[in-house]
Amino acid sequence: MAGRQSSASGGSAKSKRSKTVDTESGKEIVRTLEEFSAPKPADFSNDDELRAYRDMLLIRRFEEKAGQLYGMGFIGGFCHLYIGQEAVVVGMQMAMKDGDQVITGYRDHGHMLATGMEARGVMAELTGRRSGYSKGKGGSMHMFSKEKKFYGGHGIVGAQVPIGTGLAFANRYNDQDSVAITYFGDGAANQGQVYESFNMASLWKLPVIYVIENNRYAMGTSVARASAETDFSHRGLSFKIPGIQIDGMDVRAVKAAGDMAAEHCRSGEGPIILEMMTYRYRGHSMSDPAKYRTRDEVQKMRSESDPIEQVKKRLLENHGMSEDEVKEIDKEVREIVADSADFAQNDPEPDPSELWTDIYADEIPQVAE
Amino acid sequence: MPTEILMPALSPTMEEGTLAKWVKNVGDEVAPGDVIAEIETDKATMEVEAVDEGRIGKILVEAGTEGVKVNAPIAILLAEGESESDIGKSGGSAGGEPKVATKTDDEPVAHSGDQARSAATVTPLEERRVPAEGKTHPDPEDPVGDFAQEIPEGTEMVSTTVREALRDAMAEEMRRDQAVFVMGEEVAEYQGAYKITQGLLDEFGARRVVDTPITEHGFAGLGVGAAFGGLRPIVEFMTFNFAMQAIDQIINSAAKTLYMAGGQMGCPIVFRGPNGAAARVAAQHSQDYAAWYSHIPGLKVVQPYSAADAKGLLKSAIRDPNPVIFLENEILYGQSFDVPKLDDWTVPIGKARVHRKGSDVTIVSFGIGMTYAVKAAEELAGQGIDAEVIDLRTIRPMDMQTVLRSVKKTNRCVTVEEGFPQSSVGAHIASEIMVHAFDYLDAPVLKVAGKDVPMPYAANLEKLALPSVKDVIDAVKAVCYRD
Ligand SMILES: Cc1ncc(C[n+]2csc(CCOP(=O)(O)OP(=O)(O)O)c2C)c(N)n1
Ligand SMILES: [Mg+2]
Repeated sequence: MAGRQSSASGGSAKSKRSKTVDTESGKEIVRTLEEFSAPKPADFSNDDELRAYRDMLLIRRFEEKAGQLYGMGFIGGFCHLYIGQEAVVVGMQMAMKDGDQVITGYRDHGHMLATGMEARGVMAELTGRRSGYSKGKGGSMHMFSKEKKFYGGHGIVGAQVPIGTGLAFANRYNDQDSVAITYFGDGAANQGQVYESFNMASLWKLPVIYVIENNRYAMGTSVARASAETDFSHRGLSFKIPGIQIDGMDVRAVKAAGDMAAEHCRSGEGPIILEMMTYRYRGHSMSDPAKYRTRDEVQKMRSESDPIEQVKKRLLENHGMSEDEVKEIDKEVREIVADSADFAQNDPEPDPSELWTDIYADEIPQVAE
Repeated sequence: MPTEILMPALSPTMEEGTLAKWVKNVGDEVAPGDVIAEIETDKATMEVEAVDEGRIGKILVEAGTEGVKVNAPIAILLAEGESESDIGKSGGSAGGEPKVATKTDDEPVAHSGDQARSAATVTPLEERRVPAEGKTHPDPEDPVGDFAQEIPEGTEMVSTTVREALRDAMAEEMRRDQAVFVMGEEVAEYQGAYKITQGLLDEFGARRVVDTPITEHGFAGLGVGAAFGGLRPIVEFMTFNFAMQAIDQIINSAAKTLYMAGGQMGCPIVFRGPNGAAARVAAQHSQDYAAWYSHIPGLKVVQPYSAADAKGLLKSAIRDPNPVIFLENEILYGQSFDVPKLDDWTVPIGKARVHRKGSDVTIVSFGIGMTYAVKAAEELAGQGIDAEVIDLRTIRPMDMQTVLRSVKKTNRCVTVEEGFPQSSVGAHIASEIMVHAFDYLDAPVLKVAGKDVPMPYAANLEKLALPSVKDVIDAVKAVCYRD
């Protein structure tokens, strides 16, 4: 179980109430959060467990490799790893339909792999090579795939929130059934533009799921030191946006919440907030010595709530898989990651002429001094 | 094959560190994520985590060793089934070649980048692919463009205010393309704070004419997302002063995405609204943002003067695949100009217009600055100075060819704008002329700009802060060495 509140696990009922007044009827609405308490974790079939295991493991191994390549100097700049949080994107992805869009911040490698973007293309972008998703011009924090409906990859904390809301606006405008899944952190949740977006999304009933990945820290600042209301699932109440807290270390809980939220959006009810109680094992970025928390805290999380170990245990204990069968998956994942790393180290850097391309969608000369 | 564990870099600048402590010892099994050692730099202590599974076969660098170079092997990891006797055969280091492999067959970026730069400089204007359809300038009969006549002869001209021209442009484009919609504060039911969107709600309905809350950063970002999602948003700022709340979304999200996405997806969007000083609204509401936005690669910046250009350029801006900053002016909204009565009147972005032909001096201006330039040219004509007046119309990409062609003829230049003088549009023009037409100049280029002060409220001070016709005349006389 992740997070500071024990109530986050397994959909325990909450009794907090919030009163809002319906502007049209003038009637007072008492919204009870019970209506929106976390659903029971999804029942996973053998195939579901296998998919979740494989997809989460791919992210874990990919990130470990990225950390290693960073250490060797192949990756530069900022590199934010997603290790520990894998269940959030994988569970959400399992709840998504074709056409749904994804947008997030700079801790984005996991989100891209979950949408099915190629490990090679992501890794080659990390190493700044020409076959990277952005031809080496975006880097770790800025990658996109129109094909996979992944809209970045944004380096400005919180900026993805209005943009994701705009994707939802386009869905509504075009009468499409798609939902825009907009991820952001507990730190980003304090940005003003988030609330500007909440207001418009609710006002116009836009199909957007706001997934707040509460990993307890924004760089070195714990949630308690930065947030007056630390229950982020309540952050939409002034905008009549329901929110629920979910055990983000349990991929089944995430999947169930994702299903419920997508259904809410698709039925025209407007936005919804999912606060995922999760944890990042590594530092904020590669150069973070993580002095703001104890080694024990991290170790406890890893040993007691690891999202991948949870699934592995079920595969072995409930689904009759053998250690060897699980090892087969590990091997396959390792090969994909090793191949992506090889590729990303050997792919050439972008051609120098690329400096001057993709600035405008048409050919416009640049100022030369 | 045994794997070497290398000394990791903790930051892009780290070159060496101290191996403070081994947490695992020879013979210990390790799994990915296990801490195996601690290392120290002058800045921090960090833990080294295992990336691969295996058993520590040998420790190569003892705890306490200082000055261990990044990427030096520090231990050897044995895989399942391997033993110490395999160690000599150690082949791969964990992950490949050490240290930054930035070598490719290509030349270093800086060098060839210069070539690419100069290549960009000499791209002739005519070769630019201009997105909007419409009459090109200069026309085929007149390749030099001195007599560019954009409007076919015999076209009926209708006197139209800039306000109506902008509204007509939006209405025509909204009829043409379902993806075009307009969004902003008071644009729908109120019919626009400055009545630019008058009648649009009636014709197109609330789905396409969207009143927003007062939330500039939010709706600018929402517009960017809508553009990513395939729509063609026109985002109206009640005035550009308020767009400063949204400037992060305009620059970081709208202007840079195409580049950061390696060309995969861009942001076709128009940000428009009144810009510059209105009248007596003081410092926070009176500022010209032409120079600000023109600084940004990825943005196009348009600032029309006449109604015909306002209409033709706004239509082009809406069709443009890039983010376009469209700077209007409240004082010009009510002014009438002839607008050609054509089914689809567009003006290409990136082309200046020779507003008045002349031979003694070139006056370059844009937007409301043109009102000073035009009046000054008339008065100067009476005093025997024949000024050529160029209306830039687009600030970025800037049509320096038209400016340089004129300056090479007149050998003198004065720029006119309302914005602040430092790092102004005029400063950029002066620098370009110095680089490309130094030998043609008979006098330094002079800038007429707003004064270098926040806009005052008092009527007399406000007048002093803005450029004037007299300022332009004085500058022209100075460059012509006339009294
Ligand atoms: C507008 C802005 N301010 C500050 C930063 C620097 N910064 C980058 S990440 C970060 C912390 C964000 O934490 P959180 O939203 O919790 O996401 P997490 O890193 O935990 O995934 C900060 C302050 C930034 N990139 N953008
Ligand atoms: Mg966080």
